Amino acid sequence: MIMGEKKKFKISNYLNYAIIIAFVIVMIIINSTVGLGYSDKSTLPRIAFSCILAVSLNLVVGFLGELSLGHAGFMCVGAYLGCYIANTIRAGGSMPELLTVIIAMIVGGFVAAIFGFIIGLPALRLKGDYLAIATLAFGEIVRCIFKNLKIFGGAMGMSTKLYNGNTLYILAFVVLLVVLFCCQNLINSKHGRAVIAIRDNEIAAKAMGINVTFYKLLIFIVAAFFAGMAGVLYGSTIGTIRQETFSYNYSIEILVMVVLGGMGSINGSMIAAAVITYLNIVLQQQLSGALAPVKNIVYALILIVIVIFSNAPAMKSFREKFNPKKLFRRKPKTPEVAEAIERKDEAKWDRIPTKIDMDEVLSADTRSNYADAPVPPGADVIPMERSKDEMYRPIESGKEEK
Amino acid sequence: MSEYILETKDLGISFGGLKAVQNANIKIKKGQIYGMVGPNGAGKTTVFNMLTGVYIPTTGTFYLDGEELKGKTQEQINHKGIARTFQNIRLFSNMSVIRNVMVGLHNQPQYKCNFLTSMFRLPKHFKTEKAMQEHAREILKVFGLDEERNNLACNLPYGKQRKLEIARALATNPKLLLLDEPAAGMNPQETADLVRIVKKIRDEFDLTVLLIEHDMKFVSGLCEELTVLNFGTVLAQGKTEDCLNDPEVIKAYIGG
Repeated sequence: MIMGEKKKFKISNYLNYAIIIAFVIVMIIINSTVGLGYSDKSTLPRIAFSCILAVSLNLVVGFLGELSLGHAGFMCVGAYLGCYIANTIRAGGSMPELLTVIIAMIVGGFVAAIFGFIIGLPALRLKGDYLAIATLAFGEIVRCIFKNLKIFGGAMGMSTKLYNGNTLYILAFVVLLVVLFCCQNLINSKHGRAVIAIRDNEIAAKAMGINVTFYKLLIFIVAAFFAGMAGVLYGSTIGTIRQETFSYNYSIEILVMVVLGGMGSINGSMIAAAVITYLNIVLQQQLSGALAPVKNIVYALILIVIVIFSNAPAMKSFREKFNPKKLFRRKPKTPEVAEAIERKDEAKWDRIPTKIDMDEVLSADTRSNYADAPVPPGADVIPMERSKDEMYRPIESGKEEK
Repeated sequence: MSEYILETKDLGISFGGLKAVQNANIKIKKGQIYGMVGPNGAGKTTVFNMLTGVYIPTTGTFYLDGEELKGKTQEQINHKGIARTFQNIRLFSNMSVIRNVMVGLHNQPQYKCNFLTSMFRLPKHFKTEKAMQEHAREILKVFGLDEERNNLACNLPYGKQRKLEIARALATNPKLLLLDEPAAGMNPQETADLVRIVKKIRDEFDLTVLLIEHDMKFVSGLCEELTVLNFGTVLAQGKTEDCLNDPEVIKAYIGG
């Protein structure tokens, strides 16, 4: 029984990889036949790194349950340092471009992770709103530092080399797949269980011996690592890295993606990230010139509509009523039950139990100290199969072969 | 190794001017089921909180199996072998029953598995997960919860949630199990069932159990020795019948 459920669970896990791969293949085919427009080629990587950011922030907000508003700060660190390394590599020799970007991503990720550790160590002693403010401040500080450092171009921004537009989106989606793989596996393991346990009940998690500080830091660091990688991807998408991009507005936009997609749902945050990013780009293209000031209003209105549609109770019941899934819903299996439902059967008691009857049922204990109380059916204590020593014995390799 | 699994010496804590617990000297022998009773606000749960590291005692100290544990964090104390349940149930309510128990198994040395191993799904990860799952099911079977292992913990009825909390504490392989009002809110049948289970796990897992309970029938049916607390001080200590028949104890409970 447990195997069956496990299998289903796994298929749904692979489904999102399959969808992403299929999407990329379709894009490759379109690109090789019709040819993607220039704007599409820049849109696709943006969607990919938004997804990476949303998924990694979801680790912190959705699974760990801590509010972090400094995600753009980690992205900023990754983007600047990763791209700086890439620039030096390019200046130094003739390494293939793909390798350069990969090295840059790893470096950017690691630097961001170090920052995640440094900021996480004091900040994770804070709770809730206070942590949010501390991380928000961190994001702004990082931005200001890069604004004033001459080697990173100062306020003018740091110029980076654009990656080849025909393959950048493939690279971006491959990175997204890797990130997705890592995040999902982490969450669906004993470590993920510990993290969710901390979210559900920190006091109980501590009492169960879960090292709360370690797991909070771990998730913070992993999320920062992926945000740093996304930063390098961003640097390869855009010609110049400007520090204004990483303002707290962007952090909040990532948070919006996570919240809209459903906290604790990796697939949801990917969908929300894709939709919001695309929406942003479309609005930017459509509402230009004289209409530009309206852009933010329209964007905000659309967000409000989405939130109401997905979360207001009245809308929920409305959607339930007109749910297309209803048509395909399986009927109850046993015909008796189905018939009973059709007839709207109601339970008929032959004889309604009186209070005295119920007292008799419940007073199994009136004898002394429960010692010889009758064992209710099903409540019998099942004998243990293994002794305690056996249960707590270290796993031996090759035990399965028996 | 000492004779007593838990020994507290003049354990006491004060919050500002309020002396919540004073001079508590409790000695629990290995394998005992030991009770702690007292009227509301007597400081029973505070003693539990000191023993599990939630509060650090302001006076005195306590030893588990001869090892001083005062000043250790909650996690460290759990690793040393004290596990507890809570008065108001604190399950991981959005996790399934079996996963709740698997969280309890998290720190067992045989299930050590680095997070990178899990992240990249190396073979050791699968081996560990499988072993943990089997182990968790075995523990659940003891409590008759195996059938419900895939339900969410918050959907269980109250009595089963209580049992699950004990199961989860048991999964951390403790030497001393602290049960904070395990029978609260249970019907008589469930209570009778619980008596059997507590005795059974004491024998099977060679545990020592320290429990707080208000149900005197439950206490007298289970506990060999008692400590009666009142206003943070020890009122009586010793064999269960002697304690419960002590006129001071009766006075504290019933008044007069």
